[in-house]
Amino acid sequence: MAVKDIPDNIFMTTLDAAANWSRANSLWPMPFATACCGIELMATASSRFDLSRFGAEVMRFSPRQCDLMIVAGRVAMKMLPVLQRIWLQMPEPKWCISMGACACTGGVFDTYAVVQGVDRFIPVDMYVPGCPPRPEQLIAGIIALQDKVIKTGTINGREFAKRTLPTGPAPFDADELIRIREGNELLPVLN
Amino acid sequence: MSHQELLQTRFPAAGLVFSDFRDNHRVHVPKERLVEVLTCLKTEGGFDMLVDITAVDYLEYENADDRFGVVYVLLNTSTGERTIVKTFVNDPDPTLPSMYPLWKSADWTEREVYDMYGIKFEGHPDLRRILMPDEFTAFPLRKDYPLKGRGERHNFPVITRSES
Ligand code: SF4
Repeated sequence: MAVKDIPDNIFMTTLDAAANWSRANSLWPMPFATACCGIELMATASSRFDLSRFGAEVMRFSPRQCDLMIVAGRVAMKMLPVLQRIWLQMPEPKWCISMGACACTGGVFDTYAVVQGVDRFIPVDMYVPGCPPRPEQLIAGIIALQDKVIKTGTINGREFAKRTLPTGPAPFDADELIRIREGNELLPVLN
Repeated sequence: MSHQELLQTRFPAAGLVFSDFRDNHRVHVPKERLVEVLTCLKTEGGFDMLVDITAVDYLEYENADDRFGVVYVLLNTSTGERTIVKTFVNDPDPTLPSMYPLWKSADWTEREVYDMYGIKFEGHPDLRRILMPDEFTAFPLRKDYPLKGRGERHNFPVITRSES
């Protein structure tokens, strides 16, 4: 069939582009809101900022129905297995936004109980800085993610298979190792 | 009769130390007399509510003789009177009798003190960790535990995008 025979109301595209276009405009977020950033996430979804303008207003509380995880808030070490499990339960294709200083780096909570950045343990696509980020900032993050989906997405998720390295720093930094070694030396004395 | 007079008449030779700061009435009790004193405060003093149990680690504290101070905050709900009972325990194996038979609210507060300081409460029906995960091995509010932990916060599998 020659191209000139196609009527005006039919468009030619690639399968990838069609899938990306529909996926990017209907991201269903999983609100993993553990702390104050979650309030800002709620504000983003409410009428003043109106996330539905960008097709991402359908917050689902079941990971099986979501394709965008928004980690909003600090993740305690007791919560991290839950986060990982929810991430694994989400069907492909899926993306993750790490929202706020705490989710990205641990923020001011550099303590034994708070994970120093979720990207050390789950893959993260987009970081939204701020403490807390304003709703506009989160919307900017979602728009940037839509852009990323449109530019790099494929219909069967081939681009995900290439990401074999963790997105974050290695779980242990050098200081941490020194601390643990000192701690272990002290351990018989203390306990 | 205030609870201080009550305790003074009941336990003249028990070594109780009283002190006041503004409307805070405090009494230091030796560990051996704790059950008697608290029972007396509940049955005769009318302190029918145990508001909180908490602890202090006095490691490397100037002028401190004992390692841990355990603090009981009591309230008399009919008069609004409050009192703070404090006792001291030491390493190794700091142990106190549980107040669960007297006040049921000691259940969770004692579990919290156990979780954070490792102070055991004998007679507690279910002394498990309450805040930290069960597999946690340290007692994080002890002063000799490093603020950033001993790597527990990094002890998880790393999930990469290709395998999830
Ligand atoms: S980044 Fe700031 S607002 Fe967000 S969870 Fe952390 S402390 Fe709260």
